[in-house]
Amino acid sequence: MVPRAEFRSYYGRPILKKPRWKAPHMPGYLYLGGLSGASSTMAALADATGRQRLALTGRITAAAAGTAGAGLLVAELGRPERFLNMLRMFKPTSPMSVGSWILAGQGGFTMAAAASAVTGIAPGLGRAAGAAAAVTGPLVATYTGVLLADTAVPAWHEAYRHLPLLFAGSSLASGGAVTMIATPRGDAGPARRMALLGAGLELAAAGALERGMGLRERPELVSEPYRTGRAGVLLRTGRALTVVGAVGAVAASRSRAAGVIAGLALTGGALCTRFAVLYAGHASAEDPKYTVIPQRERRTVS
Amino acid sequence: MSNSLYGPLPDVAEDAGYTGAPERRGFFTDTSVCIGCKACEVACKEWNAVPDDGFALTGMSYDNTGALGASTWRHVAFVEQTRPRQVGDGGDTRWLMASDVCKHCTHAACLDVCPTGALIRTEFATVVVQSDVCNGCAYCVSACPYGVIDRREDDGRAWKCTLCYDRIGDGLEPACAKACPTDSIQYGPLDELRERARARLDALHEEGVTEARLYGEDENDGVGGAGAFFLLLDEPEVYGLPPDPVVTTRDLPAMWKWAGGAALALAGGVALSFLGRR
Repeated sequence: MVPRAEFRSYYGRPILKKPRWKAPHMPGYLYLGGLSGASSTMAALADATGRQRLALTGRITAAAAGTAGAGLLVAELGRPERFLNMLRMFKPTSPMSVGSWILAGQGGFTMAAAASAVTGIAPGLGRAAGAAAAVTGPLVATYTGVLLADTAVPAWHEAYRHLPLLFAGSSLASGGAVTMIATPRGDAGPARRMALLGAGLELAAAGALERGMGLRERPELVSEPYRTGRAGVLLRTGRALTVVGAVGAVAASRSRAAGVIAGLALTGGALCTRFAVLYAGHASAEDPKYTVIPQRERRTVS
Repeated sequence: MSNSLYGPLPDVAEDAGYTGAPERRGFFTDTSVCIGCKACEVACKEWNAVPDDGFALTGMSYDNTGALGASTWRHVAFVEQTRPRQVGDGGDTRWLMASDVCKHCTHAACLDVCPTGALIRTEFATVVVQSDVCNGCAYCVSACPYGVIDRREDDGRAWKCTLCYDRIGDGLEPACAKACPTDSIQYGPLDELRERARARLDALHEEGVTEARLYGEDENDGVGGAGAFFLLLDEPEVYGLPPDPVVTTRDLPAMWKWAGGAALALAGGVALSFLGRR
């Protein structure tokens, strides 16, 4: 338990604005972008190693998830009709600008690769686009950690080491999960291993965040929003689902049903994780103690 | 460029690409002479045609606007304190009033993270939203360490104080400063304001008002110094201000390093998964 914090405030009101990013758009996008990124990377490797069935699943998943994710992003804008202003400039200090360009590349490459794989038209160009999407994929899946961390929201900013790793693990698990569901057992070996590796990284990163491991200032306070309230429940639920999914992924080499169950559990776990991160951010912005106490201590020390 | 994300910046407008820019302009809000009349709030609304922000009664002393926001660009805070003071002075009630405003930071997180270029640095080194460009992504809302800028939900765009860009370009002072009857809000070249503020602080300290302090005038602080700074009579958090705000983009290079590492871990994880036979 965190001891009752002593601090002063203006009528207990928050200092920060609560993020306008909301459910289901933001966490939905985080999940779909991660799924698209891991799938496109998997598809390119499957293609390169001659696993055509796996490559097809990966390419279709990557294109569909990328498109749906971008749709959620546009829908969350205050002025959706101005979404193209995102590409008005390239701005290195804005993770959202950098991310928009990465996402534009990912969308174009995965659509081209999927269209070519489904129709059989221009296979050479399709493979080249697929290879390019293997580069943009990991970036799409992890830049979102910077997107959230580059804010004044304490639970996000202070977790800038954890969030990209958490999202990388969760994306690996998501890509493996959907592929396990959509691919025959004999072709899904790499997907099962991806799911296992991803689940391991996701559990490790979420566990570290929950315990405040690797946080600089007041770790027990800054990590509190990940343990309490809606975010805490979601993170624990996500962990349980991810553990079930990991066990299922091991059994999935002998049973298709186990693969489907594992895939669903891992998908549920990844979604819970993303929603938990959103709500932890909301909670840490809404209570002034997360803003005042670490800053006050910093001033007293320096 | 070494300082462009963090730290002191001698010429903010030049760093933003202007040549021959005018002196940096700003606000010095001396809360020790604020009488809580809210003329600044009203003048701001009138001049900038800011819509109403609701007519709720908050129960927080005379404060019925609550905080800065998309439609509140000046906000007067009211703090009633009863506390023991000097012996013989009997534990008075004192009433703190302070008119808050956008800080027009040297390193403005809202400006850094804006993906469209809607937020710009003006030649006066102030920070302004171009409402014809803003697409309402709300990144600035989460990035501001003071909770100043917000999105107007019926309009979809982000709004905040412009330091009356349309007035100061014509040599006029911003509407709030013009309307302030006690000169609690002072507008001018920032260097001049800083000197005036230090003199005022010294005078107050000599009079025995030891709790007086400046807030946001130090260019070595986490935002490289604010273009709008304050003289306060208590800790900043008492007025709803963060005690030690830091521009989030200070850590941006480190954030990208961790994201790059995570991207490599993801790619490596996928590659590792293809090592098996099936």
